[in-house]
Amino acid sequence: MRIGVLALQGAVREHLAVINHLEKEGSIVKKAADLDRIDGLILPGGESTAISWLMDEELEHRLGLLAREGLPVFGTCAGMILLADQVEGGNGRQLSAIDITVRRNAFGRQIESFETKLAITGIGSDVPVVFIRAPYITRVGDGVQILARYMPNGKATSSSLGFPVMAKEKNVLVSSFHPELTDDLRIHRYFLAMVEAAN
Amino acid sequence: MMERGTFRVKSGLAEMLKGGVIMDVTTTEQAKIAEDAGAVAVMALERVPADIRAQGGVARMADPTKIKEIMTTVSIPVMAKVRIGHFAEAQILEALEVDYIDESEVLTPADQQYHIDKWVFTVPFVCGARDLGEACRRITEGAAMIRTKGEPGTGNVVEAVKHMRLMNEQIREVLAAPEEELMQMAKEMGAPHEILLLIRREGKLPVVNFAAGGIATPADAAMMMQLGCDGVFVGSGIFKSSDPAVRAQAIVRATTHYNDPKILAEVAANLGEPMVGINIDEIPPHEIMQVR
Repeated sequence: MRIGVLALQGAVREHLAVINHLEKEGSIVKKAADLDRIDGLILPGGESTAISWLMDEELEHRLGLLAREGLPVFGTCAGMILLADQVEGGNGRQLSAIDITVRRNAFGRQIESFETKLAITGIGSDVPVVFIRAPYITRVGDGVQILARYMPNGKATSSSLGFPVMAKEKNVLVSSFHPELTDDLRIHRYFLAMVEAAN
Repeated sequence: MMERGTFRVKSGLAEMLKGGVIMDVTTTEQAKIAEDAGAVAVMALERVPADIRAQGGVARMADPTKIKEIMTTVSIPVMAKVRIGHFAEAQILEALEVDYIDESEVLTPADQQYHIDKWVFTVPFVCGARDLGEACRRITEGAAMIRTKGEPGTGNVVEAVKHMRLMNEQIREVLAAPEEELMQMAKEMGAPHEILLLIRREGKLPVVNFAAGGIATPADAAMMMQLGCDGVFVGSGIFKSSDPAVRAQAIVRATTHYNDPKILAEVAANLGEPMVGINIDEIPPHEIMQVR
């Protein structure tokens, strides 16, 4: 099994390390041709404006096409922003691979960044996660399953349960936070199981 | 339970900036140009290093009004510089909620003996280093990101190369040494022993290490990336050149495609005039910034 990691900018090394640790082959994706022969793709955290600026048209087109054709894709933080259908406060291009609206820097600036433990459907009740200038989801389409929510302190939320911070629609998995910054491998295992099921 | 300002949260933002370019800006217009060119963050300051060097005088933290304007103009992280040891300037930047504080030798040092205790802040710090000992001392003080010092404001990459190579060489020594030699090595390098142990465990510095101080061209950025740095700061190199937007974009692409000479040849062409460089040995000794 070969997992590509979009390597234009951001936390590429961390995702590759987890993939290797789980005894799968990781490969770097910078150009459209790098998308050949991968079984799944991770879009890492980074700066979404920079990553979308660095993505050339061919790569953007091929990536969007593969995601619509069913290639398992996992976007963390900036990766979630790129995969979303719509972005509040965004100025980059969207791959529109998952029917959600995302708000950029929704929890605030770096001083508001935090780590915590989350209950995630199908994964665990105490998964350690790191939110860095993180986005959250403000709208989900009908086909989207919400896997985790987080209630920010002192912020009004549309739901008493908090804002969705992890979601899945068919082959596309997204999270507001960075599982790659912790030693807990359960979220990556969950994604690799999606890749296995798709092949 | 939720925790802010942990070391993981602080160093985590630096991890997200990897493979990117952080650009010095002095106005909102420059900040916008930087963001549009694909910068991962901007450094808000009063004067770029080349102007500080040319104009002399005491260089201080930028005016909070200017920093705030830049923070409202762009959506990418905004960093700002404080003088070495000036914890009150750092308190002001934390109150402004900047995303990263650079305790920087580019400004005139406020304390000739001590650096800031960075652990007491929620906002993370980046510090410059010329060798592994200096990097490890800053990390022990709480820095969550390191950059080479190079020689700021010169447009001359030679000092950044020297610092990066030296750090790489010293990390290799630490990794190769038998455990019992580590304490002596710590003493000789002036590096806290526990950080050397961390380096051995992780096989690399425990925080991100960017290149800074003299980077002026896409080729400079690509060279530093190939030497193993995690990303690039460009100070005077962009807005002291004849066509800042085009040069900024070129340096961003060169940093991503640092090991693809064909793309580098493409992006290095037709950039207009680079900033005028300075030879290091022509700088009077008291104007050398890296020794601060």
